[in-house]
Amino acid sequence: MANKILIPTPLRPFTGKQDAVEVDGATIGELLANLTTKYAGLKPHLYNEQGKLRSFVNVYLNDEDIRYLEKEQTAVKPGDTISIIPSVAGGR
Amino acid sequence: MALSNDEVKRYSRHLIMPEVGVEGQEKLKKGSVLCIGAGGLGSPAALYLAAAGVGTIGIVDFDVVDFSNLQRQVIHGTSDVGRSKLASAKDRLLELNPHINIETYETALSSKNALDLFKPYDVILDGTDNFPTRYLTNDACVLLGKPNAYGSIFRFEGQASVFATKDGPCYRCLYPEPPPPGLVPSCAEGGVLGVLPGVIGTIQATEAIKLIMGIGEPLVGRFLIYDALRMKFRELKLKKDPDCPVCGTNPTVTELIDYEQFCGVAPAATEVAVSTANNTNETETDVNELKRKIDAKEDFFLLDVREPNEYQIGKIPGSTLIPLGEVPQRVSEIPRDKEIIVHCKMGGRSAKAAAFLRQQGYTNVKNLKGGITDWSDKIDSKVPKY
Repeated sequence: MANKILIPTPLRPFTGKQDAVEVDGATIGELLANLTTKYAGLKPHLYNEQGKLRSFVNVYLNDEDIRYLEKEQTAVKPGDTISIIPSVAGGR
Repeated sequence: MALSNDEVKRYSRHLIMPEVGVEGQEKLKKGSVLCIGAGGLGSPAALYLAAAGVGTIGIVDFDVVDFSNLQRQVIHGTSDVGRSKLASAKDRLLELNPHINIETYETALSSKNALDLFKPYDVILDGTDNFPTRYLTNDACVLLGKPNAYGSIFRFEGQASVFATKDGPCYRCLYPEPPPPGLVPSCAEGGVLGVLPGVIGTIQATEAIKLIMGIGEPLVGRFLIYDALRMKFRELKLKKDPDCPVCGTNPTVTELIDYEQFCGVAPAATEVAVSTANNTNETETDVNELKRKIDAKEDFFLLDVREPNEYQIGKIPGSTLIPLGEVPQRVSEIPRDKEIIVHCKMGGRSAKAAAFLRQQGYTNVKNLKGGITDWSDKIDSKVPKY
């Protein structure tokens, strides 16, 4: 069952400019692993050298931060939307 | 803080609403907001705060108005180009509303001055453009217990929230650590839709005004994401992190720190690391040397890693365009048996591309210092600067 992952503007160059992609997976971790296999350029932006999710990239299941759910083990249901929200500093 | 007859006339559309009324308007008159930056976000925010009658508006900035600001920084006009942003902003705000006070601080916000600058104000409005100042603003707001009307923009996308209220989360609860320098492009690098800061800056001003009057539901514990291209607003939940280093139950940050160091932007550490890793300092070249090579018809590969729309604005003759994001997939198009010179607009993205190519085993890669901007300045002024 494929779920929709919303891709933020700064990361769209790595998904062929798509603002949303559909990938399979039963948990957030599986979905992100499949996402970064499909779009390898995303990987260094989401994970650090130790394979941990970077602390300036937040992942939401619908409107909930996965850090307050089961993190990457959070189960995903059909119809759930996943958002990747990196920190952005622009203002001028 | 009674309102004069002139003020009653001016604010009549506020006064006739029961949610504001004379009481709310007097609170605004007594209230104060400090805008960090008079740029894309600070411009619309300060204009609306002034028009609404916020009694004291402070602005921290040290920049000068540039032509490239006018596409979005609506507080400044064409005749202000070259003036200090503070002088330009103050004139415009007092022209809009002479009944308010404008305080200007021509300085870079720092760990040394932030607490003193913030202290007299009710609300801090974060409209800066870099991570060190954003973490500094957050931490100073938490330490002083001042709400932070936060906004941030990139290209077509904006974020807004209210941080550091008494029981609400702070910016560090959301993002405990900044990205390493260079991984997230700035507005100067990535561009920004001119009207986007208008939307986000006025959301910040709305929140500041609500906080001062104590009405409505503030944007606390909620993270608003706006996508101008899809015209969608989304709201994500934000929680106060009990382990937050600054606002958690056992804070480890109890005074302001060195934010340049925290964000890793101190000296150009990555560049140095790249040079030493390759045991050579010949990792850069300049526009004069490039011009000489072109004139001498030397055999090398000139790689332009900007975006196609930037390429349309102007290019260096003989260059091949492969945008930075596409370099990993299109690396086979870059010859291994030639000297590679990489350039972008200013030299930042091309440094990343050059480092990547060296990792891929390319042995003769040079980054063009100053990019096409320097080429325009020193070699060919017909190439427009943008």
